[in-house]
Amino acid sequence: MSEAVVDRDQMNIVIVGHVDHGKSTVVGRLFADTGALPQGKLDSVRAECARTGKVFEYAFLLDALSDEQDQGITIDTARCFFKTASRDYIIIDAPGHIEFLKNMISGAARAEAAALIIDAKEGVRENSRRHGYILAMLGIRQVTVCVNKMDLVNYSQEHFDRIEREYREFLAGIGAVSPKQFIPIAALNGENLANRAASMPWYQGPTFLETMDGFIKAPPKVDQPLRLPVQQIYKFTAQGDDRRIIAGRIEAGRVNIGDKVVFSPSNKSSTIRSIEGFNTQPRTSIDAGWSTGFTLSEEIYITRGEVMSHVEHAPLVSTRLRANLIWLGKKPFLPNRDYKLKLGTAAVPVRIHRLLKVIDASELNSQLQKDHVGRNDVADVILETRVPIAFDLIADSESTGRFVIVDGYDVAGGGIVVESVRDDQDELRSEARLRDFNWVKGSVGLDARAARFGQRPALIMFVGKANVGKHRYAMAVERALFDHGRATYLLDGTNVLMGVDHDLTVDATQAELVRRFGEVAYLLLDAGLLVVSTTNAIGLADHSAVQALIGDTPSVVIEVDPRGVSVAPCDLRIRGDEPESEVVARVTALLTSRAILR
Amino acid sequence: MDHLDVLEQQSVYILREAYRHFERLGMLWSIGKDSTVLLWLARKAFFGHVPFPLVHIDTSFKLPEMIAYRDRLAREYQLTMIVGQDEATLAAKNTFPDKFKANPAMTDAEQAAARTACCSLLKAGALSATLNGTGVRRRLNLQTGVYEIENDRQPYHGVIVGARADEEGSRSKERYFSPRTKENTWDVGDQPPEFWNQFKTDYAPGTHVRIHPLLDWTELNIWEYIKREQIPTVSLYYDQGAGTRYRSLGCGPCQTPIQSTATNVDDIIAELKSGKLRNIAERSGRKQDGKHGLEELRRQGYM
Repeated sequence: MSEAVVDRDQMNIVIVGHVDHGKSTVVGRLFADTGALPQGKLDSVRAECARTGKVFEYAFLLDALSDEQDQGITIDTARCFFKTASRDYIIIDAPGHIEFLKNMISGAARAEAAALIIDAKEGVRENSRRHGYILAMLGIRQVTVCVNKMDLVNYSQEHFDRIEREYREFLAGIGAVSPKQFIPIAALNGENLANRAASMPWYQGPTFLETMDGFIKAPPKVDQPLRLPVQQIYKFTAQGDDRRIIAGRIEAGRVNIGDKVVFSPSNKSSTIRSIEGFNTQPRTSIDAGWSTGFTLSEEIYITRGEVMSHVEHAPLVSTRLRANLIWLGKKPFLPNRDYKLKLGTAAVPVRIHRLLKVIDASELNSQLQKDHVGRNDVADVILETRVPIAFDLIADSESTGRFVIVDGYDVAGGGIVVESVRDDQDELRSEARLRDFNWVKGSVGLDARAARFGQRPALIMFVGKANVGKHRYAMAVERALFDHGRATYLLDGTNVLMGVDHDLTVDATQAELVRRFGEVAYLLLDAGLLVVSTTNAIGLADHSAVQALIGDTPSVVIEVDPRGVSVAPCDLRIRGDEPESEVVARVTALLTSRAILR
Repeated sequence: MDHLDVLEQQSVYILREAYRHFERLGMLWSIGKDSTVLLWLARKAFFGHVPFPLVHIDTSFKLPEMIAYRDRLAREYQLTMIVGQDEATLAAKNTFPDKFKANPAMTDAEQAAARTACCSLLKAGALSATLNGTGVRRRLNLQTGVYEIENDRQPYHGVIVGARADEEGSRSKERYFSPRTKENTWDVGDQPPEFWNQFKTDYAPGTHVRIHPLLDWTELNIWEYIKREQIPTVSLYYDQGAGTRYRSLGCGPCQTPIQSTATNVDDIIAELKSGKLRNIAERSGRKQDGKHGLEELRRQGYM
């Protein structure tokens, strides 16, 4: 009978560096020297070279695509499988040509460790630097530098030392981790790859193969705070299945049945009822690395993009974040334009709030005077999302601290979050989070109310100057909704002023008026109602503050503007001379289009 | 987590991303071991369900055991099973087996050309027509076991494929999410960047995206996983007493079995790990591959 399946580590290593510095040769020769090639592969490539009159190169083994053999450069990331006595490797051979930087990134983003190849004769070149920066940004901390083609510099130690010194200085300058090991190699002859070279007795360090086996496999991030970006909520009804499953991958931490969990940015909370799986043993606890699913004790309405955590270690929530990013788009990254930010499983509209600096990635010490981020540029920016998003700083949690930016249909840039930046609603949002996380729930939940009333709560705000007809329209809209069987409430600002705001003096800050109005609205919304509000005190400019307090409850804003001068964005703008029936019809259509009414 | 868990969890993540982003999603099922593992992973990802159709391109030259196995699993797992075929080419007898029958004296070079042309029509062409809806789709009636004409001819936006990077050169260049043009072609030289687990999930009208959840798996991983999960596989993979078995499944006329007495999954794993197959390329029994042959087929849209 056969031997048992032995569990072996599998590790992804990417080979990067400037074009023609010999990356593919390193990998090809390593394969040949360790007997890792399938029978026939070496012969077929040799035969092909003989047929076409080319000098055989180890790189041809990897550059299997026709374009690449014709041009003699790697244009795409190729993956090859390779094993040593201690473990299995996936070797990712990344292209070194600037044209194919995005392919290099695709390869490197999957790696756990990297080897950067520098040509001894050419020395440190622009992509040696650029790739070094990208490895740091991608979060690859185990890097070995191979100084290749040592045969072309007479195996000179002095030459090798000079390159090591220069490159270490460069990495220190960009704040990247300095590599553990620099290895002098001559890949074409197989020197210091799998076998120790007699030609460089001055080098006493490990061979490349020994260094690879010395890379440490990063354990799953079990000891960090829980992070599960929600991928989707499943309710498959086939074959009588009535489970409502919150699906996603635990990126960090651990969670147990019975744990109280919170979701950001909606601040909803519930308790883990079960851990679901198919063809697996039942579990009471699950941790980082697993793509899993849960049912919750109390059904709450949450959506993809939220991050599940424990209440005491919730992620940050803001609309502004400072980031380092690299841009790869054919078109530049411009201010005053909307893009899509994808972070974790969230996808939200984003734009540049401030461009702090743009750097030429090949030099990285030269700041460019630019008002946009060009292709292959590196930038330090403050991004602003249209709605609040949950995230972490890259130093605290990797998977929720990095993002990509989509331009049109294409991923055009990627980066890491280095700082959370305060926005105008920061204080109110913190108040709302604290309130929600500690909210004492009744036995009737939001979902139960939604089922009873046949509606989800929403705020319908009429804003505008005094005496333009807001109250009249608000009453008509509430009446119409109520008459159609909806559960409604008319929240008139005067009533809040006379009661809740009674203690405020005339010079009370606008912020406090807005805060109290928002909290009152929140209570009514928590009761499951469609709240129609009308007030002179709360204007269009206060809407985002109110929204910060009511969280992810939908709201629509209708401005009454008889003079037709207002240009600030709102959901519907009317003049005040329209018949009430017309306004009712337009508001109803708006609510239907937003799926607030069904 | 062991190494199979790591592979499994990444594949499940990819499948769920595909399901979330592609309104019209299908999974290619060749009936072979890889895409059957993929089918199993879909049941993992969706907690026992497979919430999208499986698409099989039937060249009509597939071995009969494959078809019987396909229909048995489709009914057992309650799959939406769609089959596409290039009926015109078959009717016109414009295939390699037909041409070879008519002219058994073909030279090796002529045979190779005829095989590639045949794959190009019956596989790449039929696949393209089935995916974009210009070709006839047939759907298995799970009650009667009969294939009926499917009225839904909407094109698929996302197609899940069981390609593995270790199979041959061009597959090692794939992304997890890899766009295809309106003409179903693959621009190998201009692929989108894939940062971490952020994939290409936006696509222009008329284009589609190929999704490759098994890219990081090796042939050995596949068999180890089949063993661990006890996934049913076609009998053709095992020696039935004649001292031969198939290592990779394709069409009867272009496929040669290998010499092997492996009769079960354990035997196959032993062969791959330390035995006679350790250093022999998996597709060596496939006759259409050759120099650039498969890459060319793949540019045309072959999986």
